[in-house]
Amino acid sequence: MNLKPETLQRIDEVITHYPVKRSAVLPLLHLVQEEQGYISREAIEWIAAKLELQPINVYEVVTFYPMFRQHPVGRRHIKVCRTLSCALNGGYRTCEEFEKEFATQRGAISPDGEVTIEFVECLASCGSGPAVMIDDDLHEKVDCAKARALAAQIKAEAAARTK
Amino acid sequence: MPHPLERRVIFQHIDEPGYSPDLACYLRQGGYAVLRKSVQRPPAELIDEVKRSGLRGRGGAGFLCGLKWNLVDRKSGKPIYLIVNADESEPGTFKDRYIIHQDPHQLIEGIMISCYANNVKQAYIYIRGEFPHGARILETAIAEARAANFVGPNICGGAYSCEIYVHRGAGAYICGEETGLIESLEGKRPYPRIKPPFFPAVLGLYQCPTIVNNVETLCHVKHIADIGGGAYAGIGTPNNTGTRLIGVSGHVQRPGYFEFESGKITLGRLLHEVCGGPLPGRKFKAIIPGGSSSKILRCDERFKIKQKDGTVLDWGYEDIPLDFDSFAACGTMGGSGGVIVMDDRVNLVEALGNLNAFYAHESCGQCTPCREGSLWMKKITARMVHGEARVEDGELLKNVADQIAGRTVCPFGEACSWPTQSFVQKFGDEFKAYAETKRQPRPVDALTLV
Ligand SMILES: Cc1cc2nc3c(=O)[nH]c(=O)nc-3n(C[C@H](O)[C@H](O)[C@H](O)COP(=O)(O)O)c2cc1C
Ligand code: SF4
Ligand code: FES
Repeated sequence: MNLKPETLQRIDEVITHYPVKRSAVLPLLHLVQEEQGYISREAIEWIAAKLELQPINVYEVVTFYPMFRQHPVGRRHIKVCRTLSCALNGGYRTCEEFEKEFATQRGAISPDGEVTIEFVECLASCGSGPAVMIDDDLHEKVDCAKARALAAQIKAEAAARTK
Repeated sequence: MPHPLERRVIFQHIDEPGYSPDLACYLRQGGYAVLRKSVQRPPAELIDEVKRSGLRGRGGAGFLCGLKWNLVDRKSGKPIYLIVNADESEPGTFKDRYIIHQDPHQLIEGIMISCYANNVKQAYIYIRGEFPHGARILETAIAEARAANFVGPNICGGAYSCEIYVHRGAGAYICGEETGLIESLEGKRPYPRIKPPFFPAVLGLYQCPTIVNNVETLCHVKHIADIGGGAYAGIGTPNNTGTRLIGVSGHVQRPGYFEFESGKITLGRLLHEVCGGPLPGRKFKAIIPGGSSSKILRCDERFKIKQKDGTVLDWGYEDIPLDFDSFAACGTMGGSGGVIVMDDRVNLVEALGNLNAFYAHESCGQCTPCREGSLWMKKITARMVHGEARVEDGELLKNVADQIAGRTVCPFGEACSWPTQSFVQKFGDEFKAYAETKRQPRPVDALTLV
């Protein structure tokens, strides 16, 4: 496994936070996914060895928690809250609008490779819904118009990159 | 600007212009003075203050904080852990988010006072994975506090030492349940543990005595240590002391987050005065008062409340004071303080379909009644919404829900059956009518909830 030296350093540091190494499974998965975009078979085995566990102990964690994924996603990950407070303010429409903008469906990488759109459950921003997270950033009150504006921004960034 | 009916203690500095989450700003406001004073006092005295305060947990169950601390096994010789529950994942709840992002040092001070009182040497903040910025803000704040001797070795120059680490979850609601959380912190799937014997106070993290408290609860501890338990108990109403953070979402003119003295304002004043009432041309139809699991209230139902002296009060939803006991008397709960409001556009079958999808997604799958029941409740409501509703579906849903509660390892079993039970009980007609109305074309601007 090729990890950046900074990541390896953070991994060694975080393991010291716990009296039992196994506790570092989630933090290590986060660190590896941040760098590699998803959790590969090789990463599972590497983390298991690092924490003196069996690969199954890591695999069962990866398969349970919704935020860990075993496949790459688009360059940007758009997560639209599906739960009641957001839905009451049009969350389903917001999601459809994003899907239309990128000519894709929930769960798939868009044809241009730019985004993966997903429904997620309550993001604890219910008073300012529909709530949407794009990568690490929260966006509030994302109605259809705001969804189009966010999509335009992502497309503009993509166009600037390919120039 | 806070509403005039509010009393902001925990949220004093939230959204205040110029207030920032760094240590310098916190110190300018007198931050960490309470911790400095507290570590000069005998720990038992601080526990007594918390007991005297009547503080009830703000994570959902409203359990007495002093009593919880009293149950901790202090004779085992094992280390005692404190875990801060920053999972904030009950739908409708959004309060801890603002403390974490805007006033992290208030939380850290509350944690350190609580750790000192309970002789804890290691605390973990379990924060939901969807708060990546929040986790970084907390880590930065802890590093600042460590550099200034408020966290880490020899706190405030004394003999007491205690460390805090941040631990991120990864998108699973069940990690909010305290024993699921502990399993998750141990690096496993968050399968809740069976109680007995696994009461965290005795057999918690690494089988050691463990205290799990919500973010807001620990912030209250700071203020209790500051003004004293007796003075704190004078805020709010007896048995529902202090202030409460309340979040309102859904169909009101001004949704948002607020802080009130417990029991001093009613649900009616909250929704009509503070939140501006229904949207133009709409009427309130139903309210979920304390996070998505709490039982729904109909806006036209009456509540007969028996008083201790034998008299009976006749309340509408407008009359319910915002506190734990009043909501309990109305057959629901104040829970996590997340109020979800629905107006007359909402079809309750569809709203239930939305919530059932949440619970089916979040059941950990350990117990058959919960795993299968939550899935079937989702399937039935989804089938109804997608054009194949049957007149008897309400009964069928109730039947499934009634077989979950009380037969599971953790309270998620109750949490996932209460919406179905209460929706069907209170809006049974709408469930019956759904089979008919579904055949008529829906208006193009109809709300999609499922
Ligand atoms: C299914 C389920 C989810 C929960 N989610 C949360 C949560 O997100 N945040 C929280 O503080 N408590 C949550 N709780 C309550 C905790 O189990 C625990 O009671 C609480 O953290 C104790 O803190 P307190 O006494 O300070 O309220 C949840 C409980 C259940 C059963
Ligand atoms: S009640 Fe549900 S969530 Fe709780 S342990 Fe059982 S299956 Fe898991
Ligand atoms: S319901 Fe969408 S953030 Fe809570």
